[in-house]
Amino acid sequence: MIEAIELRRTYRTTTGVIRRRPLDVEAVRGVSFCVERGELFGLLGPNGAGKTTTIKMLITLLLPTSGQARVLGCDVVENAREVRKRIGYVFGGDRGLYERLSAYDNLRYFAELYGVSGQKQRARIDEVLELVGLAGREKERVEGYSRGMRQRLHIARGILHDPEVVFLDEPTIGVDPVGARGLRQTIADLVAAGKTVLLTTHYMFEADALCDRIAVIAKGEIVGEGTPAELKARVVEGRVTEIEVFGADQVTVERVRALEGVTAVAVENRDQKQILVVQATGERELTAPILAVLNGVEVVRVSSREPTLEDAYVALVGGE
Amino acid sequence: MNALRIVRIGFVINLRMLGTSGFFLLTSTIQPVIFATVAFYMFKSGGRSGTLLYAALGAGMMGVWSTTLFGSGGMIQWQRWQGTLELGVGAPPPMALVYLPFTLANAFTGMYALAATLVWGRIVFGVPLHFVHPWLFLLALPASVVALGLMGLVLASTFVLYRYANALSNLLEYPVWIASGLVFSTQVLPAWTRPISWVLPPYWGILALRHAALGGEVWGPLAMLTLLSIASLAISTLTFGLFEHLARARATLSLT
Ligand SMILES: Nc1ncnc2c1ncn2[C@@H]1O[C@H](COP(=O)(O)OP(=O)(O)OP(=O)(O)O)[C@@H](O)[C@H]1O
Ligand SMILES: [Mg+2]
Repeated sequence: MIEAIELRRTYRTTTGVIRRRPLDVEAVRGVSFCVERGELFGLLGPNGAGKTTTIKMLITLLLPTSGQARVLGCDVVENAREVRKRIGYVFGGDRGLYERLSAYDNLRYFAELYGVSGQKQRARIDEVLELVGLAGREKERVEGYSRGMRQRLHIARGILHDPEVVFLDEPTIGVDPVGARGLRQTIADLVAAGKTVLLTTHYMFEADALCDRIAVIAKGEIVGEGTPAELKARVVEGRVTEIEVFGADQVTVERVRALEGVTAVAVENRDQKQILVVQATGERELTAPILAVLNGVEVVRVSSREPTLEDAYVALVGGE
Repeated sequence: MNALRIVRIGFVINLRMLGTSGFFLLTSTIQPVIFATVAFYMFKSGGRSGTLLYAALGAGMMGVWSTTLFGSGGMIQWQRWQGTLELGVGAPPPMALVYLPFTLANAFTGMYALAATLVWGRIVFGVPLHFVHPWLFLLALPASVVALGLMGLVLASTFVLYRYANALSNLLEYPVWIASGLVFSTQVLPAWTRPISWVLPPYWGILALRHAALGGEVWGPLAMLTLLSIASLAISTLTFGLFEHLARARATLSLT
């Protein structure tokens, strides 16, 4: 359905105000992956990792610097028209809508561009408005829409023509928790209806809940790929121990890191407190040895849990 | 036909958007008054041949050209800023078709400017509104406006690639007024400028309008307007295709 082969994209910009020098930014450096029909594929990665750039190449808005991509069997460069007809895409954020038109007119316009016309049009617009929870507000101008409402309208626009493949770039950004849950349901329904979806998000629980498969991308390269369970298992065997402490210094953290079986230690600072997230291999109970090296540091709370996708993600993209 | 439907809805929603812009309504109310005033004093001080209506038509056509010129380029800029340019490019129809209704709507408001200039000229300065061929005038008006709109489409396509193409379009306002004979007759211009005038829709547009209003041959200029319209449409299809491709290579479709 979606096939990326060694995709690369370099942006040429200039640096310096007076003496302008060209500067090449390698946003995507040889990304390959495959998404099967009916699959929900997640692309995760830090800011600037190249997710949006990858998506824009797949939806024909950017030409790859090198490499190839096919969507529904059509080359995204050679056969852009055919790709455009059969895909839908949604960018997160406030922009990308005709502000001075009502939501309904926005949809009517895009329906016409995508060949949804005549008698079907009205019914289809009402259907998608209902689906994203905007029914009843469609006559208002988009100018007055909140961020979440815009986001829903984006999604409505993206699926208006019932595309076989849908690209969603951070679709739930800025949507309230209940609304986001609704949108996740909408996305799950799309997949249940047989659509293929490529999704990016910064919300790990969202990716964990929705995605069949995930690729983690960092600095333009894929650093890990698999089902959420595979990623968790591959990166973090065994368990994760979280210790909330007061005043642990660098030396103490290094001592924890040096313990046998410990694979990674991440430190999160919260006010005065610190949370040490310790990943370890095997089933060994690490609480006692950790507490032993933390000798002298005030420990507030200790808990042990199953690894989450977030742990795997942090391990893959490398902490800080 | 699908293309006709796209043009129709694009045209309608464009007028709807323009209608909600207070600034636009304000400028399009004031502009014709200014043009009518300019025309009147130009005529009075010039003491040349022709009538007051002759000058008013020239002034009105200046308005149509300015609206088309700034409107068509500004339209792409504004779409990029709003984030809708990528949606227009990513949609299946060719870009020229997607943006055709936008420039037509623009030129249409230019037509309003011309009509308003004439009406203001009539009310304030007593410009006589007597037309020798009223029916041909009603034909020449939309023919001119469509021809200008399609030339605007060609200009709009350059904005797809160049984010700062206004520098170019700002340069085109006065020279085209002059080369089209809107301010004074092109007879006074050097002979080498003749071919330039011939490829400018405002040149034939004003000829058609003046001849329809004051007497003269109208069908010739009308035929030229039609020819230039077809040529513009063909050129814009090519340039939109080319500039879209280059814009995808250079990543100039969005702001970031
Ligand atoms: N038009 C552009 N010109 C120059 N550089 C760009 C352009 N667009 C993106 N970049 C650069 O390319 C890199 C990848 O950007 P991209 O938007 O693909 O990241 P992302 O993974 O989508 O990040 P985010 O999570 O913040 O959305 C970044 O370093 C960015 O600065
Ligand atoms: Mg992004």
